[in-house]
Amino acid sequence: MKNYDMTRHVRGESLFADDFIVPEGTLYASVFDSSIAHGKILSIDISEAEKFPGVKKVILAQDIPGQNQIGGIIQDEPLLAENEVHFCGQPIAIVLAESLLIAREAKKKIKIEYKELTPITDAREAYAKGMLIIPPRIFSNGNVEEAFKHCGVVVEGKIETGAQEHLYLETQGAIAFPTEGNGIKIISSTQGPTATQRAACKVLGLPMHQVEVDVMRLGGGFGGKEDQANAWAAMAAVSAFLIKKTVKLILPRQEDMRMTGKRHPYSADFKMGLSNDGKILAYEVTFFQNAGAAADLSTAILDRTLFHATNSYFVPNVKATGLSCRTNLPPNTAFRGFGGPQAMFTFEAAIQKAADKLGVAASVIQEKNLLKEKDEFHYGQLAENSKAQACWFKAKEKFHFDQIKKNVDTFNTENKIYKKGFACMPICFGISFTNTFMNQAGALVHIYSDGSVGVSTAAVEMGQGVNEKIRLVAAEIFSIDKAKIKVETTNTTRVANTSPTAASSAADLNGKATELACKNLAERLMTFIKEELNFSSSDRIAFRDEQVYCNDRAIGLTWTELIQKAFFTRVNLSAQAHYAVPGIYFDKEKNKGKAFAYYSFGTAVVEVTVDCIRGTYVVDSVKAVHDFGKSFANVIDRGQAEGAIMQGIGWMTMEEIIYNTDGKLLTDALSTYKVPDIHSAPKEIEVHFLENSDNPLGIFNSKAIGEPPLMYGIGTFFALQNAMKAFRPEKEFEFSAPLTPEKVLLSLYKE
Amino acid sequence: MKNIIHFICNDQEITTELHPATTVLDFVRKNLHLTGTKEGCREGDCGACTVLVGELLDGRVIYKSVNSCLLPVASLHGKHLVTVEGINQKELNPLQHAFVDEGASQCGFCTPGFLMSLTGYFLANDVYSAEEAITSLDGNICRCTGYASIKRSTEKVTAEITMNKNHSSVEKLVELKVLPDYFLGIQKRLTAIPPFINTPTNDVLVSGGTDLFVQQWEKLLSSDVEFLQRDNTESAIRIENDLCFIDARTTISEIKSSASLKKYFPQLANYFQYFGSLPIRNRATVGGNIINASPIGDMTNFLLALDAQVHLNEKDNERVVPLKNFYTGYKQFDKKENEIITSTSFKLPETNSHFNYEKVSKRTFLDIASVNASIYLEEENLQIKNVHLSAGGVAPYPLYLSKTKEFLLKKTISPQLLKQAAEIIEEEISPISDARGSAEYKRLLLRQLFFAHFIKLFPEIISLEEVV
Repeated sequence: MKNYDMTRHVRGESLFADDFIVPEGTLYASVFDSSIAHGKILSIDISEAEKFPGVKKVILAQDIPGQNQIGGIIQDEPLLAENEVHFCGQPIAIVLAESLLIAREAKKKIKIEYKELTPITDAREAYAKGMLIIPPRIFSNGNVEEAFKHCGVVVEGKIETGAQEHLYLETQGAIAFPTEGNGIKIISSTQGPTATQRAACKVLGLPMHQVEVDVMRLGGGFGGKEDQANAWAAMAAVSAFLIKKTVKLILPRQEDMRMTGKRHPYSADFKMGLSNDGKILAYEVTFFQNAGAAADLSTAILDRTLFHATNSYFVPNVKATGLSCRTNLPPNTAFRGFGGPQAMFTFEAAIQKAADKLGVAASVIQEKNLLKEKDEFHYGQLAENSKAQACWFKAKEKFHFDQIKKNVDTFNTENKIYKKGFACMPICFGISFTNTFMNQAGALVHIYSDGSVGVSTAAVEMGQGVNEKIRLVAAEIFSIDKAKIKVETTNTTRVANTSPTAASSAADLNGKATELACKNLAERLMTFIKEELNFSSSDRIAFRDEQVYCNDRAIGLTWTELIQKAFFTRVNLSAQAHYAVPGIYFDKEKNKGKAFAYYSFGTAVVEVTVDCIRGTYVVDSVKAVHDFGKSFANVIDRGQAEGAIMQGIGWMTMEEIIYNTDGKLLTDALSTYKVPDIHSAPKEIEVHFLENSDNPLGIFNSKAIGEPPLMYGIGTFFALQNAMKAFRPEKEFEFSAPLTPEKVLLSLYKE
Repeated sequence: MKNIIHFICNDQEITTELHPATTVLDFVRKNLHLTGTKEGCREGDCGACTVLVGELLDGRVIYKSVNSCLLPVASLHGKHLVTVEGINQKELNPLQHAFVDEGASQCGFCTPGFLMSLTGYFLANDVYSAEEAITSLDGNICRCTGYASIKRSTEKVTAEITMNKNHSSVEKLVELKVLPDYFLGIQKRLTAIPPFINTPTNDVLVSGGTDLFVQQWEKLLSSDVEFLQRDNTESAIRIENDLCFIDARTTISEIKSSASLKKYFPQLANYFQYFGSLPIRNRATVGGNIINASPIGDMTNFLLALDAQVHLNEKDNERVVPLKNFYTGYKQFDKKENEIITSTSFKLPETNSHFNYEKVSKRTFLDIASVNASIYLEEENLQIKNVHLSAGGVAPYPLYLSKTKEFLLKKTISPQLLKQAAEIIEEEISPISDARGSAEYKRLLLRQLFFAHFIKLFPEIISLEEVV
C-alpha cells in the first residue's frame, strides 16, 4: 500500500506553512509577549520599535478592527492583551518588519511598565480563591455515600498529573494574504479551519465569506492546533488587513513553548469502596483542572474527564466532580486524550491503592471489574459492543501475564541493583465529540472529465493518515486506482462549517461524508449507464477495477470512458455530501445521555526495569491487544497506536513542564523539555489487532484510533512503581506523574 | 573585503558573499529555496534540519551528519553540502522505500532529517549493523511514530544494503541507488575549489559553534567572526611518552572513535555516546567545551578526573593551567582576553588504574546531565594511591572534588570509607534547583554516582546495600 503523502515526505517535498513561496514584499511578524504572569499594563511605548530600520508597523490591541476576542466556547480571551496580562507569554503586540530577524530585534525596543499582581499557578489554590471557569460539573449515578457504608474496604488518596507540551515538530504559524474587496486568505497550520476562520472574522469584523482558510497539512497537531492555532492566524490576518501586504507569522520554538497551552495538569482526590473480594462498589472523585488564564477548550476537556472517570470498569455508584480552575498559566488546551488520560490515571491509582490494602495484585481488581456488555456508565450510556473483557483475556493469554509475573519475581530475587516491574492497563475511550453538534462533516467530490478524482473534506492531515484513508474510501467505492484520487487541501470555501480534526473522529466523520458523496456519484453514474446503454432497472451495475460490470459481467466500458461519456452527456460529475452521526445526544443539565457513537477498547501490559542506584529506568516492553474494529489501513492504524503509546509513556515519565512560582516556564526549549527519543522507545512494542470486531458506526467498520492507545502509557507509571516497591517494599509512593528519574531516586531514598 | 564562500550544494556549485555566520539552515531554505530541510528548534535538539557535509580527506570525500541550524555557512567552504533534495532520484531510493513501506513517516516534518542521518550512517561506515544504524538516529526527534516503524524500516534497509555490499564507498551506494550518480564527480569538483581565507578577528572566535549558535545566532550575524577550523592533516590526538595532547579543535566524535585513546579507556565510546547527539558530536570540540565552562560539561568532567592541563596561547606565548584551577566562578576562568585555548593534555592512566564515568539526565541520550561524575583511581590492595574525582551540575562550574580526594588518599576502600567520603562531598558542593532537578536531588544523585563508581569498579568489595 503506497501512502502518497508519505512518498512526498521522504523526498522532503511536502509543503508546510513555512515552506510556501510568499510574494515579493511579504512582511514578517514577531509577537511581543508578557514577561509577567499577572499584572496591569501601566504604559507601553512602541515608538522606538516603530522607528527601527525595516519595521513597518507595530500593532496593539487598539488597532484591531473588529472585536479583540478569540475565545471559542467562552468569550474570555483577547487576541492582544489590553489593560491586564494574565500569563507569561500572553501576546501584547505584533511587530511587522521586512524580515523576521528585524522584527525580533525591534521587539526588544518596546518599553512596557506593569503593576505586578500576585499570580496563581496552582489549581487548588485557584479553587480556594473561587477562581472557577464554570460552576462545578458533577456526573453521578447511584448513591456513593450509602454505598461506602457497605464496602469491605475503602481507600482514599490524591493524585497529581503534569502538563505536557505537544511538541508538534512544526511550530504554530500562518500566512495571511489580502484579497480583493478587503478580504483575507489564510494559509494556516490549524486543526480547525472553521474555528480559525471564525476567530479571524471576529477580530477583523468581517463576515465569514470574506475570510478563506486553507490548510495543506500540519507537521503534527496532537490537539495543540485545535483551538490554539487561531491566535496566530488571527494575528497574521489583522496584520495583513491593516497593512495590505502578505504577512507571515511562524513562531520560533521557544516562543511557541512559552506562549501556548499544554495538556492540563490535574490534581484529584479519590475515594474508592470495594467488597472484600475486590468488586468495586463506589467511587468518588474530585478533579481540580488547571485551566490556565482562559477557558479555551477546558470545559469540554473537563467533561471528558468526567465521562472517563471509571475508565474501562463498571462501577454502580459514582460521583465525579470537575472543577475547572482559572490560573495564571497559558490557557491549557486539547491534547490527545482530551482529559481522558487524567481520569484514567486517577482511577488506576485508586485501584492500586485498593490492591495494596487488599494484598492482591492490581490486575485482580482490574480483571474483576471490567465492563461487560450493556453495563451502564454513570452518565447513562450503555457499554454496547463492549470488548473490554475480550481484549483483556486475549492479552492475558497472548502475552502470558502469569509468566511475566514469574519472570519479574525471579529477576527481582536475583538482582539487587536493578528491579523489574510490570502493570496491566485496560482502556475504554468514547468516540464522538461530547458536544453533539460537532459530530458532522462534509465532503465535496469532483470527478474530472479525464476520470481523475478530487476529494475535499473537513479533515486536516496532520500525520494521522486521514487523507490516505479518504483516498481508500473513494478508491473502494469507484473501484479505481488510488493514483487517480487526490485529496485536496482543507479549505473553508470548498467545505464550510467544519468541525476541527479532533476527538479521533476525522476519519469516521469525513470518511462517511466521502462515502456518501462517492455513493451519490456512483448511483448517478449507474443510472446514466442504464439509461444510456438501455439496461433494465433491475440490472446490477457495478464498478470493478476500473471497469463497468453489469450483472457481474464486464461490459467493455472503462472508468475513463464512462466518465467521458457522462461528461458529454451533461451528467453532474460533482457531489457534495454531509454526514451527521446518528443516535447521539446528551443532556447537559442532567448529565445523562448517549454521548458517544461507540467505544474503543484494549488492554496493554507494560514491563520496565529500574536502576536503583541511579533512579533511571528503561521501558522493556509494551504489548497491547487493541480493538481497531475492522482496520482497512493497517500500517496507518498500527502507526497511530505505536505513536500514541510513546506519547503516553513520555507524559508519564520524562516530559516535565516546570513553571516557577512566578508563573514563568522554565522548560521552554527542547534542551530542557525532553520528549522520548529513539533510545527511550520501548525495546519491544507489540500491538495486536483484536480479531472479530465489527463497528458499523465507523468508516468501513473500523474504529477511531488517534487517541485511545495513548492511555496505555499510563501502565508505565504503575510498572515503575511496582519495580520501586521491589526495592523498597516498606515504602508508600505518591501518585505523582511524571515519574522522572528525579522522583524515582528521591522516592527510593528520601525518608 | 568580503570573503567568497564556495561550495557544492547537492549537485549545484554555490558561491556566496553572505555573512559567514549565516546558518546553513537559513541559507538553504531562504536563499536556495530548498525547503526539505526543516526548522524544528534551532538548538540542535530535534534533528529536523540535519544535513550531510562531505569533506576531502586523503583523496576521499568523508561525509558527516550535522545540524544545519548550528552550522555557519562559512564552514561549508570547499565542502559538499547534501540536503534531502540531494539524495532524491526519479524513483524512491531504498531508504525512502523502506520508510514508506513501514509507515515510518507520519506528519513528515522530521522525516528528511531522519533520512539524512541514516544516509550519513551508510556513507560514514564500512560495516553495518541495524543497531548502529538506529543509534545514528540519536539526534532526531519524531513526535508521531513512537520510533517503532522507524526502527523496523532501518533494520530492513540495513539488512538489504549489507546483503548487497561489502565495503563502504560512494560508488557502491550509487550502484545501489542509495545516492544519485552525481556523487561520483564530487571529489574531483571539491579539489578544484581554492582554500578559504579566514579573516583574523578579535571579535568572536567560533569553533564547533554548537552552543554559540544556540545562544547567540542573531548576535553573530552582526559580529566579525573567525572560524577555528583544523586542517585535516594536523594530528588531533597526539601521544608523547606518558602524555596525551588533544588539539582544542578536536571534535567529540574524533575523541569517541580514537583508537589510540581506546587503548587507555576501553569504555570511551560508551562514555561519549551520552555527549549530545551524533550531529552535535561531529561539530562540538574539546576547546569549545572547556571555554563554554558549563557546570555540567561532559568533556570537562572527563578531563577533570584526568587532572588535565589547559594550554593557552597568545602570540606564541604559551601558558599552562591545570583545568581544576581554570574555573573561578560561573562562566569565569583564568584566561587573558587575547589568549586562546590551543590544546589540553593529561597524563595517561597507569596500568592497573581504574576509570569510570557516570551521567544521569532526565532523558538518557541527547540531554544535559542533571549530574555527571568521573573518577580516576590508582590503588594497591585497595589502598588508594592516587585519585581524582570530578562532579558536574553541583557547582557554578565543572567541579574537581579536592577535599574528597585528600580524604581518600592512602585509605583503604571499604563501605564505611565511602560513606564518610560522601559526607565530605556534601560539603564540597553547592547545587541549585533548576529544570534539571532540585538541589536536593542533585545532592542525592551525586552521592549515588559516587557509590556507583565503586560498585562498578569493585563489585566484590562494595555493594549497594552496604553503602546506602
